[in-house]
Amino acid sequence: MATRQTQSLATLMRAPAIILLLIWMVVPLGMTLYFSFLNYNLLNPANTSWAGWFNYRYFYTDPAFFESIWNTLVLVLGVLLITVVGGIAIALLIDQPMFGQGMVRILVISPFFVMPPVAALVWKNMIMSPSYGVFADIAHFLGVAPVDWFAQYPLFSIIVIVAWQWLPFATLILLTSLQSLDGEQKEAAEMDGAGVVSRFIYLTLPHMARAITVVILIQTIFLLGVYAEILVTTNGGPGYSSTNLVFLIYRAARLNFDIGGGAAGGIIAVVLANIVAIFLMRAVGKNLD
Amino acid sequence: MKRFAHALLCASALSMLGTAALAETLTIATVNNGDMIRMQGLTDDFTAKHPDIELNWVTLEENILRERVTTDIATQGGQYDVMTIGTYEVPIWAKQGWLLPLDGLGDDYDVDDIIPAIAGGLSYEGKLYAAPFYGESSFVMYRTDLMEKAGLTMPDAPTWDFIADAARKMTDRENGINGICLRGKAGWGENMAFLTALSNAFGARWFDMDWKPQFDQPAWKNTLQSYVDLMNEAGPTGASSNGFNENLALFQQGKCGMWIDATVAASFVSNPADSTVADKVGYALAPDTGLGKRGNWLWAWSLAVPAGTKKAEAAQTFVSWATSKAYLELVASKEGWANVPPGTRTSLYENPEYAKVPFAKMTLDSINAADPNKPTVDEVPYVGVQFVAIPEFQGLGTTVGQLFSAALAGQMSVDDALAQAQSVATREMTRAGYIK
Amino acid sequence: MARAVTTRTKAINTAVAWTVALVIFFPILYTLITSLKTEAEAIAGFDLIPSFTFESYVAVQTQNDYFKPFMNSVILALGSTLLALIVAIPAAWAMAFSPTKRTKDILMWMLSTKMMPAVAVLVPIYLIFLRTGLMDTRIGLTVMLMLINLPIVIWMLYTYFREIPGEILEAARMDGASLWNEILYILTPMAVPGIASTMLLNIILAWNESFWTIQLTTTNAAPLTAFIASFSSPQGLFWAKLSAASTLAIAPILIMGWFSQKQLVRGLTFGAVK
Repeated sequence: MATRQTQSLATLMRAPAIILLLIWMVVPLGMTLYFSFLNYNLLNPANTSWAGWFNYRYFYTDPAFFESIWNTLVLVLGVLLITVVGGIAIALLIDQPMFGQGMVRILVISPFFVMPPVAALVWKNMIMSPSYGVFADIAHFLGVAPVDWFAQYPLFSIIVIVAWQWLPFATLILLTSLQSLDGEQKEAAEMDGAGVVSRFIYLTLPHMARAITVVILIQTIFLLGVYAEILVTTNGGPGYSSTNLVFLIYRAARLNFDIGGGAAGGIIAVVLANIVAIFLMRAVGKNLD
Repeated sequence: MKRFAHALLCASALSMLGTAALAETLTIATVNNGDMIRMQGLTDDFTAKHPDIELNWVTLEENILRERVTTDIATQGGQYDVMTIGTYEVPIWAKQGWLLPLDGLGDDYDVDDIIPAIAGGLSYEGKLYAAPFYGESSFVMYRTDLMEKAGLTMPDAPTWDFIADAARKMTDRENGINGICLRGKAGWGENMAFLTALSNAFGARWFDMDWKPQFDQPAWKNTLQSYVDLMNEAGPTGASSNGFNENLALFQQGKCGMWIDATVAASFVSNPADSTVADKVGYALAPDTGLGKRGNWLWAWSLAVPAGTKKAEAAQTFVSWATSKAYLELVASKEGWANVPPGTRTSLYENPEYAKVPFAKMTLDSINAADPNKPTVDEVPYVGVQFVAIPEFQGLGTTVGQLFSAALAGQMSVDDALAQAQSVATREMTRAGYIK
Repeated sequence: MARAVTTRTKAINTAVAWTVALVIFFPILYTLITSLKTEAEAIAGFDLIPSFTFESYVAVQTQNDYFKPFMNSVILALGSTLLALIVAIPAAWAMAFSPTKRTKDILMWMLSTKMMPAVAVLVPIYLIFLRTGLMDTRIGLTVMLMLINLPIVIWMLYTYFREIPGEILEAARMDGASLWNEILYILTPMAVPGIASTMLLNIILAWNESFWTIQLTTTNAAPLTAFIASFSSPQGLFWAKLSAASTLAIAPILIMGWFSQKQLVRGLTFGAVK
């Protein structure tokens, strides 16, 4: 049982992080909130005036608004699905004894070392280009017509690129958790005659539950903010089929330099992200205990 | 010995202090295109002439550069002393009073030598606010061998009908040859640069004199419909995500019969080191439809001095050096005339040495065929050939570009794309207060 | 290990794992290969054998000095990670071992500070950096990167610390160990693997952060992300040069990852003994 002394010590230990993050949240959020109620274009600062709720109204009546929310969700869920399932599979695989284990591990986590814009450029032009990409060459070799990835499956193509970047993160965290699984328990289960599948379902998976939860939560935060990959590959097109919420904000804030509109979009994004987070905490939060 | 070393240290420390106090350091933001990279390699010439000025380069990719310098100038950040900007920014920024007028370029600079079309795009209320480093227009690049095979002769000034006809005849998909490669990737500086310029030839315009969007007019319908039809029949797969570089790679690989894009591309496609078709490229003006305007654009990467700098004099000295006649001669002496930054000075095109460059004359004719102050057939309230020089254009142009690229990819009909473009443009222009 | 592993199983494992690893690694391998090609070869279609020219590397180094941005990247990545760990270890520690009713809410709130899209807050932050003179300074950017990644660091440490069984602590307390001894001799060795893997991930995140590191720097503090941005998508062919620049940017962190991976595995097996 924690004594009062350790409790107050704990408060002291928590304080610096909480204070720092509080400042880090309040200052930009406060300024953004303020800007979101202004007609404020960086390229025309003289016309700055009070806008009331106009920026919010303008943002959510954008013809691309609902499609962009849908795309954001598809993007996040798609990448989560690939990385969590793929991450578990790869973690299990590279946890097995094999030759050159260290090398395999470093190869698997290496995509994480590539900067997002570079990863997108490499995938777009060298891998997925229907004219001179590797996939097109494979298609020619097999005698079929190459797929025009970014026109036919724009969002899926972006999911693939982003999933490739985040697969190592999931793998690494899941592998770490897998390795802390008690060897004795594993052996005991094996002695009891438990098969590979039931060992995985009743022993390994529950053990990894917390790690999986962490992967989902942390990745969700990053995936809600994806836009560099979209910018480099499709610019949100064709149509709005690869436009996500952050791309809409980018368009307002960085292309039009509409600070008020961008800020309103940012606030809307924060509110929506929090809804997603609360939903996620309900769904998987108990695994954290 | 020890004392001597000590004295030496002191002396060198002193001399370092001395130069530090004397030298002014200019921070120059620039785009990572070949001509600018070459300029960075030639700065010894500048520092030799001006030992009291040091140069610090920030080289960035075009979109990042634009975000970076715009944020800085609009917040009076003062991070840069010289900025590389385009014809889109100059009128907007000059209007805000963010740029210094270039009146200290020196006596031998010869401002009147700047090609009038370019100078017009870089001036505001009669004053020059940026000096062109290189200028470009767009034209048709075509494969002479494929044109011959198709039994056609490319005129110097083709019509759009001829281009379309030739593209269909040159297409040979069995052998991987597409009659025409055009931009399709969504973006105000990507597909919309090409389509806006082309629409001028069809007599279309973005806005009428009351800033009312014009996508519901037949001229735009003709433009987009013939573009989409032609690309479907004679364009490469994946066209809706192709920009300048993707098309360049295709053309250099011999996969395009024709390509309409920046005049600067000519130096790449005719370079035997990179291009498999270097000796088989011909050039022609961008097409028209008989309405008196051609579908070519006008752009100049230019050097400007932000009003916030504390080193205005040194900055102008640098701008003057980098855009002078002497600089062109310097590049010519080191790298040959073909590598001189094109499209800025009339005298360059009067130079017999430069006239030997195969695409020189066609580049000049293309530039002269574009007028940013009167871009299309009908009267317009804006400046700019392939863009509209208002702050809202980057976002609006990108949205319209997304819709048009969907029409190209076959996900939306041409009519739907135009109707939606009309409605987003009306929405944005109403919000920004242009439509009362 | 009581389980006998036959050579056959091991061989199959090896084959499958290497196949998967090489597929995942392929885009990077191809980047490396492309960096050794000429620009014309780089767009000439699929070819695994380059002409082994170093002209792209030469071109990259002549255009932009590699050393300064490299040093900035090292300083920013290590500095921000170190700062983050100093703040995060005590906090995560307290939350894992003296949890209160609100601990989970606080954790969630910390994560939510990352939900504001960077593009929406750039102007406020830019203004703050300008007014405080932090623009284009290493210290400003280090603090910035620390704040960005702090929630992630706390989260990861928290989960790793939670893996440490409470019974061990109770036993030690019964034995009369002081708090300090408890931390030093019992918990620290068990926490090292978690801290190490958190550190590694955070260094990578900081190394690759390519929004703020470009927007808030000009020349003095610009790291390798800005170096990369000067080779991406110019007019003209750039694949070989971009590949060379990317290889230069990835290589140090890949090598570091390689070494720390070995450390990490050793630490993990040690920690798992319990």
